[in-house]
Amino acid sequence: MKRILVLAGNTYREAVRDRVLYLLLFFAGLTIILSRVLAILAVGDRVKIIMDVGLASLSLFGALLAILVGTSLVYREIDKKTIFTLMAKPLHRHEFLLGKFLGLAFTQLLIVLLMTAFFQAFLFLHTLRLDAAVFLAALYIFLELILLTAVAILFSSFSTPILASLFSLSFFVIGHFSRGLLTLIRKMPAGSGRSIVRFFYFLLPDLENFNLKTEVAHHLPIPGSFLLKSAIYGLFYTLFILVLTVLIFRRKDFQ
Amino acid sequence: MDAVLKIEHLRKSYSSGFIPKKKEILRDVSLEVAPGEIFGYLGPNGAGKTTTLKCLLGIVFPDGGTISLFGQPPLALKAKERVGFLPESPYFYEHLTAAEFLDFFGRLFGLGRAERAERSARLLSLVGLEQVAKVRLRKFSRGMLQRIGLAQALVNSPDLLFLDEPLGGLDPIGRKELRDIILQAKQEGRTVFLCSHILQDIEMICDRVAILVAGRVVKTGRLDDLISEKILFTELEVAGLDSLELERYGQCLAGRGGRFLLKVYDQDRVPEVLDMIRERGGRLHSLLPRTQTLEDLFLGMVKQP
Repeated sequence: MKRILVLAGNTYREAVRDRVLYLLLFFAGLTIILSRVLAILAVGDRVKIIMDVGLASLSLFGALLAILVGTSLVYREIDKKTIFTLMAKPLHRHEFLLGKFLGLAFTQLLIVLLMTAFFQAFLFLHTLRLDAAVFLAALYIFLELILLTAVAILFSSFSTPILASLFSLSFFVIGHFSRGLLTLIRKMPAGSGRSIVRFFYFLLPDLENFNLKTEVAHHLPIPGSFLLKSAIYGLFYTLFILVLTVLIFRRKDFQ
Repeated sequence: MDAVLKIEHLRKSYSSGFIPKKKEILRDVSLEVAPGEIFGYLGPNGAGKTTTLKCLLGIVFPDGGTISLFGQPPLALKAKERVGFLPESPYFYEHLTAAEFLDFFGRLFGLGRAERAERSARLLSLVGLEQVAKVRLRKFSRGMLQRIGLAQALVNSPDLLFLDEPLGGLDPIGRKELRDIILQAKQEGRTVFLCSHILQDIEMICDRVAILVAGRVVKTGRLDDLISEKILFTELEVAGLDSLELERYGQCLAGRGGRFLLKVYDQDRVPEVLDMIRERGGRLHSLLPRTQTLEDLFLGMVKQP
């Protein structure tokens, strides 16, 4: 475990010294600020619009960070051959991967905390109160981001950063639309067709499990069972992806 | 004494391309490295030197054969704890400073804070980088990366040091310093496994060598045993004579300022040549008997069908 933490520390240091991180943070902050302009132009509850745009920017820029940094971290080690030096050290291959994952997950946590604090402060200027539900939404965005980080690391372990980014982005997009299959399942007659669609729904990720934006923005009740189910879903899916990555990595030749 | 490293019939191939085509890199590599020696692993580019190292360090997986490091399989963490490695192309974490880089590897070996600080300072001084301890590796030249690479290879005070082309990218002073560090490592009781194609350096510091050609070890042994003391030819640098007069004694090459380089292969004729030069009023600038060098041996091995 100690070696994993050492690698995680190095990964965190690498991520926070990457300019991409600050570029994404800047644009995330800018989007939150611009949500005020959008709220003025739009019809309806201005606070809800700020909430919607703010939480969406948290999710989107966090996802971009997970994809851009996550896909390059492992690939860079292989491409620049820094992995040669590491593999010669008393280190298991799964420790290397878990170190990378934990380092990036910790970076994500800090980024989400930073963005949430900024968003809360911005919101406070308009409502003069703190909204605890924003923290809940941010927590589930974080769960989604660590899953996306694991996916980015999985793809980067066997493909180039561009391909891995495309695959991870596809995972993110499909994950947010796969719930549409549930509607299709409900409307389809019973039979093999419905079974196939159901199979695909279980195979594809359902990232809407982590989307609490509407409920938080509109102050709708969120059932505890949904929160528990979503958290378990996220943690198990992340674990599954990590195990898959370890299996691929375990016998990989670094030429 | 038990070998620190033992390789038997090691084989490795890579598959590449859209329709995978197998390419054999190592066909049959067997060798042993004794404790405390500097072992030179020679071979032309593409012979399989780096691939052998990758198999030894668990960077790639062999197709066949056995490897034993300190009597253990190469992936055993206990074996790796006693190993240091300097890769051929020293690409390291550019975001770290030299001191942070050594500290990171020290942590991987489970060294305490005080020990890490002491070793980092000592190693940076050893490789001449103490002035740039706080500079990020991004700003390092190739030679400086080679030096910091050597420092990280020594961070765990290893019993066995694997060095892949360690003298590449270094200026003459750097090469001399690195040779001294390798010899010092030997004096401290460490075993050094040195991959290189710079024969001059190998010849200067190695106790034993193995020559690898096309994935096979074609010769192994002590340098003294491999290179004969027999004089191959005598080289004479002569001036003031006609080349036609010299060609009767051996191969004659025209040099600068009317000088000729004469190679006399029959040693019995050397006194005869010297008499002739004196009688004809020629000037002898140098006389050099040439024994077999590692380069001669190496080229002979590589050129063999």
